[in-house]
Parts: sequence; C-alpha cells; structure tokens
Amino acid sequence: MSSKRTWFSSRSLLYVVALLIALYILVPIYLITISAFSPRNAVFDYPKPFFPKAFSVETLSFFLNSFGVLESVQMSIIVAILTLVLSLLIGAPAGYTLARYVFVGKDSYRLAILSTRAFPIVILAIPLAVTFIRWDLDDTAIGVALLHTAMALPTTILVTSSVFVSVSKELEEAAMVLGCSRFGAFRRVALPLALPGLAASAIFTFVLSWNEVFAAAILTLQNPTLPARLVVQLNQSPLPFKFAGGFFILVPAIVFMLFVRRYLFTLWGVKLK
Amino acid sequence: MAEIRLENVRKEFGEVVAVKDISLTIHDREFMVLLGPSGCGKSTLLRCIAGLEQVNNGRILIDGEDVTQLPPRKRGISMVFQSYAVFPHMTVFENIAFGLRMQKKPDAEIRQRVQSSAELLHIEELLDRYPAQLSGGQRQRVAVARAIAVQAKVLLMDEPLSNLDALLRLEMRAELKRLLDELQATVIYVTHDQVEALSMGDRIAVMRNGEILQCDSPIAVYNNPAAHFIGSFIGNPPMNFLTARVLDGKTAVSVHETTIPLPPSIASQLKANTELWLGIRAENIEALSQTAPDTIPAKVLVVEPLGSHNLLTVQVGNELLKVNTHADAKFSPGQAIWLRFAADKIRWLDKLTGQSLI
Repeated sequence: MSSKRTWFSSRSLLYVVALLIALYILVPIYLITISAFSPRNAVFDYPKPFFPKAFSVETLSFFLNSFGVLESVQMSIIVAILTLVLSLLIGAPAGYTLARYVFVGKDSYRLAILSTRAFPIVILAIPLAVTFIRWDLDDTAIGVALLHTAMALPTTILVTSSVFVSVSKELEEAAMVLGCSRFGAFRRVALPLALPGLAASAIFTFVLSWNEVFAAAILTLQNPTLPARLVVQLNQSPLPFKFAGGFFILVPAIVFMLFVRRYLFTLWGVKLK
Repeated sequence: MAEIRLENVRKEFGEVVAVKDISLTIHDREFMVLLGPSGCGKSTLLRCIAGLEQVNNGRILIDGEDVTQLPPRKRGISMVFQSYAVFPHMTVFENIAFGLRMQKKPDAEIRQRVQSSAELLHIEELLDRYPAQLSGGQRQRVAVARAIAVQAKVLLMDEPLSNLDALLRLEMRAELKRLLDELQATVIYVTHDQVEALSMGDRIAVMRNGEILQCDSPIAVYNNPAAHFIGSFIGNPPMNFLTARVLDGKTAVSVHETTIPLPPSIASQLKANTELWLGIRAENIEALSQTAPDTIPAKVLVVEPLGSHNLLTVQVGNELLKVNTHADAKFSPGQAIWLRFAADKIRWLDKLTGQSLI
C-alpha cells in the first residue's frame, strides 16, 4: 500500500516536472505562432488573449515578400543540403570505422573528434573569415557549408558509429561468406539496416545548419542564410515582422524533430524494436 | 571432393596466440568437430578457415588449392553463425536465396533450391515472414537452410545449437546429424558441448590453449583420452582420476593401500616410487557392498538417482570418485562399499605432464 503510494507520488512528480519543461518550451513557440498569424495591431494587445481573435497571414506574407528573404531561404536550403551531404560522406565512413575496426589510438581519436567542438568559434571567426576571403569562399554557399560540416562532423561521426555498432558484425560476415565482397556486404546488409539511423543523423545535421547563426553571419554579406539575415534585420524591424521571422525559422526545426522523434533513441545506440 | 588441409596455422591477437601452429587434415565429406572450453581458439581456427580472420603464419588448403590469401567468398565455403546472423531486413525466402542471388543463378533455379532447402528444415510455410516474426529455433533453421542452399563443398558451423534451449537442442542435434549425412559436404563443427561432439562427429579434435591435444574418433577420445584434461572434460560424469604410486618391482601400483597390477608395456617406461594417474570411467567401476579380493574400500557420500542408473559420489582416501550403479542397487550415504575396477578399462597417465602412457 505504502509502496504504491510512493510510486504514485514519484510518478506524478515526474509528470509535473515534464509538464513544466514542456510548457517552458511550448509557451514561447505558441505565442510566436499566434502573433505571426495575427493582424499587425493585435500583436500589441495586452493582456494577450489565449486564443487569437482574428486570423491573418498579412504579417507573414509581408515578411516573405520583403527584400531578400526568399533568396535567403533558398541560400539556407542549399547550405543545409550541402552540409548534410558533406557531413554524411565524411562522417559515416569515419563512424563505420570506429564501430568495426580496432586500431591503435582509437580512444584518443574518439576524444579528438569531440574536442574539436571545444574550440570556440568566436576565436576562430576572424582567421576563418580571412582565410575564406583569400580562397574566394566568402559569401558562397559552399563556404558556409564547409564550416557547418566542420561543426556537424563530431556529432555525425559519433552518432553514425553508434548506429553501425547496433548492426551486428556477424551479419556482414555472413554476407561475405555467402558471396559478397567487403563493400558488397556493407551495401547489401549494413547500409540498409543502418539507414533509419543515418537518416535521423542527416536530419539532425540539416536542422543544425538551418539554425546556425554566427558562422553564417561572419562568412556572408550579400548572400546571407536566413538566420544570418534575420539576426541583422530583426533588430531594426517592427515587432510583427520579428514574430513572422521567428515563426518561419522555427517551423522546419519542429517539423524535422517530429519526423525524427522515432529515431532519436537509435541516435544514441538504443535499439528500437 | 573437398579435403581441408591446415599447415602450421597460427593466429595472434596482439600478444595473445589464439591458434598455435595447428596442422590438421580433414578428409573429404568428414564431419570434424572442434571441441574445447571457451577461449581455446576453436572459433578462431574456424574463422581462419572461413577467411574471416587473416592467419599470421601457415597455409590453408581446400581441395588442394591454397586459399590462405583468398577472401571468404572465393573459398567455396558456407557457414552457420552462433548468433544465426539472419538478415533482419529480408524475408526468410530472401535470406535463403541470398547466396544463390550472389551467384547470379536464374530465378527458377533459386526458387526451386530455396524451396527444397526450406523443406529439408521444415520451414517452407515461413518463407514470406521476416526474421523478427520467428522464434529462436526457427531463425536457427533459416540460418542452416541459407547455408545449405548454396551447396558449398565445405560447411562451417560455429556453435550452431548453443543458443537453443535444452529440449530444442536435443531435437535439432539429431535432425542436423541426419541432414549433414545427406549433404555429403565436408563439415567442420565448433562446439564446447562434449555431448554434441561425441554424438555428431566422425572425428573430434580436442583443443586447449590454441593447440589440438587429441584428434580421433569419438569413442577413442572417450575411451583413451590422450591427456588428463581430455578425460576430465569429456564424458558425463568426467573420467575419475586416482593417484597411484609405482611399487618397487614395477609390476604393480599402490592406490590407497590397495595393490593393482601394472601392464608390462606401461611398467617398462616407469621408475619405482614415481606417481601416476589411474583413470577410470564411472561405468567401469563395480560397487560391492561386501569386501572381495582386489577391491578398493570406499565410503558413499552422495547417491543421485538418475532414472536409468544411480550416480554415486564416493570417497577413497582423500579423493572423490563418481561411480555408476544399477538403478535398483540400494546404497545410502555414509555406507562403506568396495570398488572393483574393470582391468582392461584402466588408463594410465603421467602425473607430471598429464599425458597418457601407452
């Protein structure tokens, strides 16, 4: 009886905490969303009605049609896709190697990968900008994508390695005995089984690149990505415009998170049935 | 025809020598069992033959061809893994067809061979299912069907039954034996289960610490273990070993005050007063409730009725022995008994080296 009661109370405490955390994140998102879809003057209403009184896409369409926004969206998408492809092309083989092979310095290598994240990008900013200008990579999609790839690689490598660890080595060996080459066994057995995890990792990278502000802001001038444009523009914009911009940059991240939710556990090596 | 010849095969993992210069010939269509405790190198040796491990030294010949440097797919082998390694993203049909597809066989032939392999293992009604929908025993059957569908000359099996529960293992053991007899392939079968080894193999290679201690027919390994380790590893219960001291005339030994005659061929190799192991199996000891000439006195410690017979644990001096008695024999713990050893079943081993004396 008493154990049941403590179970119940600890359980409900857990739910209360979970609810608070969820509200902490969801309330601002909700407020941004209703403000983005309200008529311009409703943004200044106080106290705020919980349900919007009027619905309007006026501010949102004003935002989308304002100068350069669509170009920035396009730039952001190109950068994100380039980043995704590059980081998978480089990261997945590295992750596979970490998962399958024993080699001298494996643990130090793993640590070294993580430690690249310890470099504050702020310190690197000026030398990087200078180097990119020298190489004619400044203000280009590939330039930003390269830097985003560097930022995403540690996660990509560690995540893909845990994905490949969850695919049994004996499966590939069985394929090799039955007639596959080393690469054939990877392609026919390990890759299809790792695909959901790899997809999740790719989407993770996409969102990272889509949301990244600092590197994009210092490397671009004429062709900023969306966050880079917003960070400059929003400061000087009226409040409705800020809400519309905030909403627009939120949406892809939320949609992607909904999509990968199922795989987020696999990301960290927990096997889903 | 697929004879497998191993010449001084050596495999090291860093400092550890997993396989120590093993030479062994497995005849065409022979069922060879590699038996040993875990860590003895039996699985590593099998993986070397499969080509999944590169040997550090020595040669492996299959059918006269040196395959030491060839990848697994070019060795003409097939393999069943301990974990089954059934591909989870393919149906049972595609699993069994995998090797045939790699050989680019025509569809009709693939269908026919998958069907007949599945029938041999009684899984023909599971062909459309995915492995996640199968029980452990069924997955095991898929793994075997996949391995035999390619009709390789050599079939390697790495503890294929060890993940099954006891009852299923017993059933599958007999079924595998029948199946492998029909296949006419050369089979190398790795196990740590001595009953499996005895019941299935044409020959057993007993391994320890990366070496083969004895390679012979099951009955020879059982009756004439080449070393103390083999006697104590094979058989249930394991062979009994008693300390014996060679008497002055070298014609007899003393075992706890009882004199037992030595065969002359053994006696000639020995010095007086050295110590030997006397090895004898539980079923070759007769337990008597009264004293008789040439018997050894003992005391019953435990009586275990096993249905078909009773297993006694008895004490002789400070050593323990296992003795099989008739199921009707009435012995009780604490009782004094007398043991008579079947003279022709006694084995003699050097106490220092553990090696058998012949």
